[in-house]
Amino acid sequence: MVDEGPHGYGIILLSFLTAYVLAVLPLPQWALWARPEWVALTLIYWTIALPHRVGMVTGLLLGVGLDVLEGAVLGQNAFALVVVALLSLMLYQRLRVYSLSQQAGVVFVLIGVNQLVCQWVQNLEGAGARSLLFLLPAFSSALLWPVVLHVLRGLRRYYRVS
Amino acid sequence: MLATLAVVALITADLRFNQLETTRAALDTVAAPIYWLADIPTRIGDWSDEHIQSRARLLEDNQRLRRENLVLQGRSHQMSSLQAENVRLRALLNSSALLRDDVLVAELIGVSPDPVRHQLVLNKGESDGVFMGQPLIDASGLMGQVVEVSAGTSRALLITDATHSIPVQVNRNGVRAIAEGTGALGTLEIHHVSATTDIQEGDLLVSSGLGGRFPVGYPVAVVSEIERDPGLAFARVLATPSAALDRSRHVLLVFTSDPDQGD
Repeated sequence: MVDEGPHGYGIILLSFLTAYVLAVLPLPQWALWARPEWVALTLIYWTIALPHRVGMVTGLLLGVGLDVLEGAVLGQNAFALVVVALLSLMLYQRLRVYSLSQQAGVVFVLIGVNQLVCQWVQNLEGAGARSLLFLLPAFSSALLWPVVLHVLRGLRRYYRVS
Repeated sequence: MLATLAVVALITADLRFNQLETTRAALDTVAAPIYWLADIPTRIGDWSDEHIQSRARLLEDNQRLRRENLVLQGRSHQMSSLQAENVRLRALLNSSALLRDDVLVAELIGVSPDPVRHQLVLNKGESDGVFMGQPLIDASGLMGQVVEVSAGTSRALLITDATHSIPVQVNRNGVRAIAEGTGALGTLEIHHVSATTDIQEGDLLVSSGLGGRFPVGYPVAVVSEIERDPGLAFARVLATPSAALDRSRHVLLVFTSDPDQGD
């Protein structure tokens, strides 16, 4: 290897930016509750792939950005994503050897935790959801995990982000 | 650990002390391009709707609009005479003059992705004169108010958001009430209406202007359901917002001229 040390910041940033755009993309009314948590999914992937570079601080910054985008309480998504990053950092060695379906299962739980934390902060504000529909993104995100995994892994290998 | 502390500090600062408004406005300016990007598909759809239309459809549209224009013109003539009469009567009653409001047309560039949070992002900001708390209406009624202003964009809270309330009165008889958002698009709840109050299904609720924030007389909602339970102190009253909260793409920001300032 000629160039050592971390590179490929551009790709990581670009993937997060794409996740942001997808996160605010206008959806029809019926699909609103099921919007996959794109930012959390991308964060989980990069934490598993590059645990030495992407972690809780990334989660914190990403979350603040998402809060601003969503007009949420500053810190709501930041809190959720820090927790998600922490959990994925604890699990990444196991996750790497899991099969796709097992990974999707873990992603389901992680996004579920993300939603619960968000819900908790929203309830502090008095604007929580009144049904369990807020857990729907956990399903849709787990279903989309294989797609996210393949796209991001393809990008990482192609641009040799390490 | 540090990250957790930072997060808790952030949440407390924002929720309890509202300390972060300027920071938020600055960050919002950075976030605007992302909304712009996410809005591209919708804009392409709108553009093709406008440009790829059959001649027959355009002709039909044109005819319909002409008819509508005729009707509206007729009504506006009637309006002007009524308005003159109203001013005369008000002068007789010695009450302050009813001023006409100026409006600014804004376009929606984003809606809150979170289904429990009813917010819109608009393409007008501080540089266009938008201010905090500015009322927002569409063709058929009051929509909400501006809660965040950055340089080129602003964020508005809809009347159906669970954290929003608006003082209203029944158009028929002037009964005052407070309409609160429920978090469900299409439902407002009127709280603390005593069981004997004269309010009926189908009553139009208009803004009463009592909070000092919204101008008087804009339609807010139509009462859709009343439940008078003898076991409860208050009647349960639900109403449907008049404005097309989830459909309007163009909205109007209202500049109310303050009668007390007198220019």
